[in-house]
Amino acid sequence: MAGKTIAEKILSQHSGQDVHAGDVALCDVDAVMMHDANGPISVRVFRSMGGEKVFDPKKVTVIFDHCCPPSNEKLANIHAFMREFVREQGVNFYEGGRGVCHQIMVESGRVKAGDLVIGTDSHTCTYGALGALSTGLGATDVATVLKGGKLWFRVPETIRVNLNGELPPYCSAKDIILNVIGTLGADGGNYLSIEFYGEYLEKVSRAQHLTITNMVVEMGAKCGFTCHSGLGIAADADASYLKTVEIDLSTMEPAVAKPHTVDNVCPVTEVEGIEIQQAVLGSCTNGRLEDFETAARILGGKHVAEGVRLLILPASETILKQMAENGILSTLIAAGGIICTPGCGVCVGTLGGVPADGEVVISSTNRNFKGRMGNNKAMIYLASPETVAASALKGKISDPKKLPEFGGAGD
Amino acid sequence: MTFQSKVIKYGDEVSTDLIFPGKYTYMMLTEEQMAEHALETLDPEFGSRDVAGDVIVAGWNWGCGSAREQAVKCIRKKGIKAVIAKSISRIYYRNSINEGLLPIVCPEAVDQMENGDSVEVDVLAGIIHTKNGDFSFPKFPEFVLGILNSGGLIAQVKNEIAGKNA
Repeated sequence: MAGKTIAEKILSQHSGQDVHAGDVALCDVDAVMMHDANGPISVRVFRSMGGEKVFDPKKVTVIFDHCCPPSNEKLANIHAFMREFVREQGVNFYEGGRGVCHQIMVESGRVKAGDLVIGTDSHTCTYGALGALSTGLGATDVATVLKGGKLWFRVPETIRVNLNGELPPYCSAKDIILNVIGTLGADGGNYLSIEFYGEYLEKVSRAQHLTITNMVVEMGAKCGFTCHSGLGIAADADASYLKTVEIDLSTMEPAVAKPHTVDNVCPVTEVEGIEIQQAVLGSCTNGRLEDFETAARILGGKHVAEGVRLLILPASETILKQMAENGILSTLIAAGGIICTPGCGVCVGTLGGVPADGEVVISSTNRNFKGRMGNNKAMIYLASPETVAASALKGKISDPKKLPEFGGAGD
Repeated sequence: MTFQSKVIKYGDEVSTDLIFPGKYTYMMLTEEQMAEHALETLDPEFGSRDVAGDVIVAGWNWGCGSAREQAVKCIRKKGIKAVIAKSISRIYYRNSINEGLLPIVCPEAVDQMENGDSVEVDVLAGIIHTKNGDFSFPKFPEFVLGILNSGGLIAQVKNEIAGKNA
């Protein structure tokens, strides 16, 4: 029998069976993450299944991040409902404003390499950067795990993505993952696991790894892993892959995903000059300290163009504190940045930052679907923090390569 | 498990934001209320039309995006029997099975069906009969059929509990 991919290893360990791609395995789950969006409906389903006590309160974490602070009484009441569940069950809890669930799960050390983690959010796949097989599920699946701690998983086939060469300084992990999604397509990884390899992953910080694994769901993947020597788990050398994709980093250009699909990817030069009304920096995709450091490097001592609203959405309160401590926060405020509550609101159209009809938004978040930010008549372009900051400065979609900070001539 | 149905056809990349907008997702609506908002961004009249017993036919990547199960509940509550698509996103696929909505992946059949067509679906045999011919799709494993037959996972769990207590 061939060796195992990371997904095959983790699902074998958690099912107590020797499983390979295509097998269906009943697995023990190490951690369940629920947020205020799909958590309440999961609890409702849990109750309707006759659930009284969750399988293990230490393994269940509730995080409020989608509607925080609540903007109306309905949402406030949902929060109250979930707080009551937390009290009654004694599970881990983070109040609204602490940050996006995924960043909190990563910062709190609740996830470790080799774990099997499920969550009520589709971007739960983020923890692959920590070596965990983590994936988003619907309410019924989550309720099933709450009740019994187990769930069936189809063992996914794996695509191997080799990241070759050195990434230019004006690009970052966001450009890589957008290019990979553009190459494979929005359903090119459907039901699959993605393993990323390359010298690049040895050199960059965890923040860059998290940006990559955060977005594997945008090609349909169940999970993804940024494989490097510090991951804590590795595939066998003779593991078998569905296919191998080669990505050349050295020739990479800053990438943009045009409306209204994430795989509608082009080099920024193709859309350069399109006027923008809103720029969003942050989220669980690109809301970590070094993303804001990059933005501050570009925006420091300057101001965003007239008519541009720059929204700053830190991935967590911890990051917001760090930004305050090292001066980045004042730099971004001075440049015109509007500071939003750490959480999901702006990205998912539930709180603040809803664009007007026909407006153009450039955003470092992960989705540009029609209606995503709360208005289906707006146009959302996705890009790296470098490209978003450069565009906010100019008032139009702009190529960061041309900035003096990256050795460009400016204009 | 064979049924006759009328086709409601949509295109590619119909995301959960189009099927059930985020602004309603976080309101703990009843299933009846969810059904009223089903597909309202894509097809504003869907919520008020009688579509019971119909099938949705769609292109690539139906249901991509959020994990919100409301995106399945809302159309199932409208009485939609199945989604036949060129591809269905992973989470939507699982949620469909759990909710008792048939997720059928059959790229060849999709281009042969138009809005308003009558089709016949033989679930056990894995065949869709269209006016332009018959098309096969992979048969569902037994345990999935069990869930679908019960009307979803919750219903199945309840049936099992009832069975044990009987």
